[in-house]
Amino acid sequence: MEKNFNLEIISPESILLSEKVNSVTIPSFEGEMTILADHIPLITFLRPGITKVEGSKQSQFFVEEGTVEFSNNTLIILSSTITSLESIKNQNINKIIEESKSKLTQDNLSDKARYIVSHKIDTLLKINQ
Amino acid sequence: MPSLDDLRKRISSVKSTQKITKAMKMVAAAKLRKAQEMAEKGRPYSDKMDLIIQNLSKAINDPSNAPKLLVGTGEDKTHLCVVMTADRGLCGGFNTNICKLAKKYFEEAIKSSKNLKIITVGTKGLDQLKRDYSQYIIKRINLKDKKKLSFLDAEEIGKQIVELFRNKEFDKCFIFYNKFKNVISQIPQQQQVIPAKVENKNKKDEEASSYEFEPEEDEILDDLLPKNISTQIFKAFLENSASEQGSRMTAMDNATRNAGDLVDKLTINYNRSRQAAITKELIEIISGAESL
Repeated sequence: MEKNFNLEIISPESILLSEKVNSVTIPSFEGEMTILADHIPLITFLRPGITKVEGSKQSQFFVEEGTVEFSNNTLIILSSTITSLESIKNQNINKIIEESKSKLTQDNLSDKARYIVSHKIDTLLKINQ
Repeated sequence: MPSLDDLRKRISSVKSTQKITKAMKMVAAAKLRKAQEMAEKGRPYSDKMDLIIQNLSKAINDPSNAPKLLVGTGEDKTHLCVVMTADRGLCGGFNTNICKLAKKYFEEAIKSSKNLKIITVGTKGLDQLKRDYSQYIIKRINLKDKKKLSFLDAEEIGKQIVELFRNKEFDKCFIFYNKFKNVISQIPQQQQVIPAKVENKNKKDEEASSYEFEPEEDEILDDLLPKNISTQIFKAFLENSASEQGSRMTAMDNATRNAGDLVDKLTINYNRSRQAAITKELIEIISGAESL
């Protein structure tokens, strides 16, 4: 039996998810990261990508940004842009990609912003396949 | 003594006012339920955000290098006050209470010769403040045509505040709003958002907060602190809108009851004068018959 830990996904509007899970894969700012039970305390923040949750059932979320804290076997994901993958599939992804691409062509973009936007496009393209 | 006709007109006018207040009460009650739900759902986010910042700030050993948003500019000259009120009236003391608290603070700040800057959110607060403090108001934010407040609106305001801070326009920032306690009581609040308030009471947890940070603490804080301001403002939005509806519901309930009392009083008056008129006519007839 795998060990589980608590996961809470919280957006400003509501608590999206609060349950026991086996593992969570998050798109951390410096690369993807999978968190299992008894991870050391951690604080990090997210870049655009897909958060995969594996527990009694699997679920996936699209995030643009967010903050993650792990302590005492509780993982808290705070994000104002988190949406489940099914609901974003219903939206007009192509339009979002176009908008992001046009943003990328702007000259005054900082390296950090460029990094974030390019990840957003990659992720959305992957979803769209 | 008003004539019977006048009384009848007054009764019907009070009755129609009562109908309006009753309808407003019902609408406010329905909106209140939604707003309250939103406020309760929004609380975990801001609470957790607070917690993370508390943990992070414990990890910072060298306060001189810490982000300015956390520790402040080290000066205390210019205060920025964000006064958040409703866009609509007829909600009892809701707007007045916030303004009263804000004005009290303004007076203190002016007395201790601090520079004062005011941002008003919502039109009702602006109406009350512009008479005495219009020279201090630097921005007027109007959300009247927004149907539903989303996090993006709060983020927008948060960004503007952070921008002002980075331009060294102020040293401390406070927000004024009403905290929703229950339907009858809303408490006007003054909250400091810049620099972020850090409590040092949880000394015990220090060993537990030996976090691993990815990337470095400063970078996380740089990202997190502006977000925290937006979160605090969003929380204030939610609390405010729940308070507004609660306050309006109570006010309209009172108004409906008062209108009812008034109708009763007027009806008694009306009946009395009708009776008096009949009695007078009877006396006239009888005395006329007697004199024959």
